[in-house]
Amino acid sequence: MFKGKDIVSIRDLREEEMEKIFEIARDMIPIAKGEKREEYLRGYVLANLFFEPSTRTRMSFEAAMDRLGGKVLGFSNPSATSISKGETLADTIRMFDAYSDVIVIRHPLEGAARLAADFAEHPVINAGDGAGQHPTQTLLDIFTIVQEFGHVDGLKITLMGDLRYGRTVHSLAIALSYLDADVHLLSPRTLKMPKHIIREMKREPEIHERLEDVIEDTDVFYVTRIQKERFPDPTEYMKVAGSYSITKEHVKKMKDRAIIMHPLPRVNEIDPEVDYTPHARYFKQAFYGVPIRMAILALVLGVIE
Amino acid sequence: MTDQVLKVQKIKNGIVIDHIPCGMALKVLKILGIEGDIGSTVTLAMHVKSKNGWKDVVKIEDRYLDERELDKIALIAPTATVNIVKDYKVVTKHRVKVPDVVKGIVKCMNPRCITNQNEPIEPEFKVVSKDKIIIKCRYCGREMDSEDIVENIL
Repeated sequence: MFKGKDIVSIRDLREEEMEKIFEIARDMIPIAKGEKREEYLRGYVLANLFFEPSTRTRMSFEAAMDRLGGKVLGFSNPSATSISKGETLADTIRMFDAYSDVIVIRHPLEGAARLAADFAEHPVINAGDGAGQHPTQTLLDIFTIVQEFGHVDGLKITLMGDLRYGRTVHSLAIALSYLDADVHLLSPRTLKMPKHIIREMKREPEIHERLEDVIEDTDVFYVTRIQKERFPDPTEYMKVAGSYSITKEHVKKMKDRAIIMHPLPRVNEIDPEVDYTPHARYFKQAFYGVPIRMAILALVLGVIE
Repeated sequence: MTDQVLKVQKIKNGIVIDHIPCGMALKVLKILGIEGDIGSTVTLAMHVKSKNGWKDVVKIEDRYLDERELDKIALIAPTATVNIVKDYKVVTKHRVKVPDVVKGIVKCMNPRCITNQNEPIEPEFKVVSKDKIIIKCRYCGREMDSEDIVENIL
C-alpha cells in the first residue's frame, strides 16, 4: 500500500492510511526514545534536501533515519551546492535520486515537492514547500491529538494566532475537518484563515476573535506564532499578540483535560509558566515528529507493510 | 441562427463562435491572439438575443481552430459552439468541451509557484468546477477562475 508512495500533500492520504502510519508510529516510540534498538533501515540512504533553513523538521528526519540504522546525506545550505550555479530543481532531484533510496525536500517555492516527485523514481516526502503543504507536520499534530484522546471526531479544536500565513494550520484545518473534528478558528481580523482553505474544509468552521469565547469548552488549543513582520506598526503588534497568547490565568478556565499544542518555535504566545501545567503538550508533540517520520520512512521504503 | 445574428454579415469560409457568454467575446479574441489586424475579416456581436437569453458571437474569416485553441475557448466560454463554414454553409458544428485536465495552455498565476521557474515542466491544472470555471494548479494548489485564466493564457 505504501511502498514507493510520495507524501506531498496531506490530501494524498486516506484516513485508513493515516491510521496505519499512527499504528506503526506507536511501535516506534520506544525506538525513538532510544529504549529499544532496531535497525529496520540498515543499508538505506535518505537524501535530506533543505533549500531553506529548518531545525526541527530536518533534525527529526535525521534522528528517525539514524535511530533505524539508516544513513543520511544532503544539505541545509543550498548556496554550497550547484543550485547556486543555476541548476534546475529537476536536475538536482534526478542526481540525488540516483544517490539515495528516499528524498525529503524543504523548498521556498510552492509545488516544489510535487515537481520533485515527478522527477524522482524513489519516494519523495514533502518537508514544507513555501506557503504550501507540510504533511508530516500535519500527521504528527493529528497523532498528538489521537494519542491524548484516542480519536479526533467530535473534539472541539481551536486553531489560533496567525491563520493567514501560518503554513501548518492550513493543511491541519482541512485534515481535521475531514476527520470530523469541530474546528474553531480564532485570529485577529488581519490574519484570518484564507477563504480558499475554508472552501476546502468539509464543514464550515466557527470563527472567533476573542479567546474568552472558546476558552471554557475547547479540547485542543493549537497555538501559532504571530510574526512581528506582519505588522507595520509595532504597537499594533504588541496589542494583537497579547490578546492571542496563553497565560496561566487562561489555563485556570480551561477544561481539565484540555491540551495546548504549538508547532514551535514559540516566542511569547505561550507563557513559559504554562509549560509546567498538565495542559502543555508542545514538547511531546515535537518529540512525536520522530516516531511519525520513522513510520513514514519505514512504510514508503517498504520495510514495514 | 436567429434574425438578430443575421445583423452581422455571413462569412464565406471560416468559423463562427456562437453562444459565447455575454461579455466574453473580447476575451475570446484575446486568447486567440486576435488583437490587431490579422489580414482577414473579424466580426463581433455583443449582447445578441438568443433562445436562452443573451450571448456574444464572433466570426472570423479564413481561420480554423486547432484542439489547443478549442480548449482555450472552453475554459473561458464553456457554453460556446464552434461552427466551421465553407462556401457560406455550416459544414460542422460542435460544442466546446471543458477538459478535465488543462496542460500547457495556461500558466499559474502564483508567482511563488515552481512552474513559474525555469524548470522543464508544463503547467498543469485540474478542472475543479465546470459550470463556473475554476482550475487548480497541480503543483501549488492555487485556484484560478476565468478572469485569471484570460490574464495567464500561454
